[in-house]
Amino acid sequence: MTSKDDVHTHHHDHDHDHDHDHEHSHLDSTALRVRSLQTLLVEKGYVDPQTLNELIDTYENKVGPQNGAAVIAKAWSDQSFKQWLLDDATAAIASLDYCGRQGEHMIAVENTPDVHNIVVCTLCSCYPWPVLGLPPAWYKSAPYRSKVVLDPASVLEEFGVSLPAETRIAVWDSTAEIRYLVIPQRPDSSEHLNESELRKLVNRNSMIGTALATPAKHHKT
Amino acid sequence: MNGVQDMGGLECFGPIEHEPDELFHADWEKQVLALSLAMGATGTWNLDQSRSARESLEPSEYLSIGYYRIWLYALESLLLKYELITAGELTNGESLEPAKPLKRVLVASDVSQTLKRGGPTNRAVNTTACYSVGDRVRVRNIHVSTHTRLPAYIRNHTGVVHYVHGAHVYPDSNALGQGENPQWLYNVKFNARELWGERRDERDAVHVDCWEPYLEQC
Repeated sequence: MTSKDDVHTHHHDHDHDHDHDHEHSHLDSTALRVRSLQTLLVEKGYVDPQTLNELIDTYENKVGPQNGAAVIAKAWSDQSFKQWLLDDATAAIASLDYCGRQGEHMIAVENTPDVHNIVVCTLCSCYPWPVLGLPPAWYKSAPYRSKVVLDPASVLEEFGVSLPAETRIAVWDSTAEIRYLVIPQRPDSSEHLNESELRKLVNRNSMIGTALATPAKHHKT
Repeated sequence: MNGVQDMGGLECFGPIEHEPDELFHADWEKQVLALSLAMGATGTWNLDQSRSARESLEPSEYLSIGYYRIWLYALESLLLKYELITAGELTNGESLEPAKPLKRVLVASDVSQTLKRGGPTNRAVNTTACYSVGDRVRVRNIHVSTHTRLPAYIRNHTGVVHYVHGAHVYPDSNALGQGENPQWLYNVKFNARELWGERRDERDAVHVDCWEPYLEQC
């Protein structure tokens, strides 16, 4: 189903919609509840169906971790950009045209052999949308939000990450409107790669801190 | 408010679940996202009031219904609270009363620019910051019964100012509709052992953004 269909199904496409709502009655009742609310708000003139389509399309198709990967690859390739990113992440990131909602105030924190950074929002789900898109389900879940401040090493273990004993861990709890972006360590043996090849090594979780950048040697270019 | 949303440091929720569809589980979740953003853009309520509404759900619901149901129920409660819809209209899914005037309605052609503009929370103030980078501060032992962004796990603990972010909208006031009341905002670095005791390596750290009223000198 395309995003354009989403907000129109209540008008003319019931059978199609039922396929996607599955047989689970709880899901069905919530889907109906949402459809009913949307009908009401459109009827009131509070929301425009085209606006809803545009919003869904933006976060489903346009904004995502590929933006953050471009920022990180540029920082890995260009020392002066990296310094700008560390000094004024909001401006450096805006220079690549990534800015706005849920990324108004950015700070970049750099992973090194000495320190590994991990980002969380223990109180809700704050996340840097312009560079990473919407947060994945696990980031918003109670198990992650609760545990990562207390025991980040075991959370990293759940993600299959083990750090050298000498690496200390810094957790960043996004309690305000400041959004944190992790600069992962550039993988070994990636010296020969250009900026666009480097982007492919920057996976989403490495910019949250729950993964390392993808190793260069395992990556087909 | 001391509520279940303030879950930093709990360890009772089991392993982290990794799901294949990490962004949305169903199409209605996308609609809830879009409806919440579009209604937020009308300026009827602010971000802190919206967060406060989500935290005000029944604790058992908050912990079990899933992320976008939290957003949905909070959106419904805000629409009712600000009298944009009536309970009868919500039940019936049809408009029974005239629409209320809104400050603005987000049109499709403005979506991109509106999202790019976002909602910066930094504000110019004519006070000076009480603390500077490197200062030791203690988190005050405050328990407010309304919305706050002070997580329980740092209360009464001492840390060091790591960044001075400038003055930002103060959620504790903004959530109550008492104005933005901008306050200086700091990133405070806590030694992990200070927060969690022997279990943690003393070289580890937890950084938390704290508004000045949350802090005292030590």
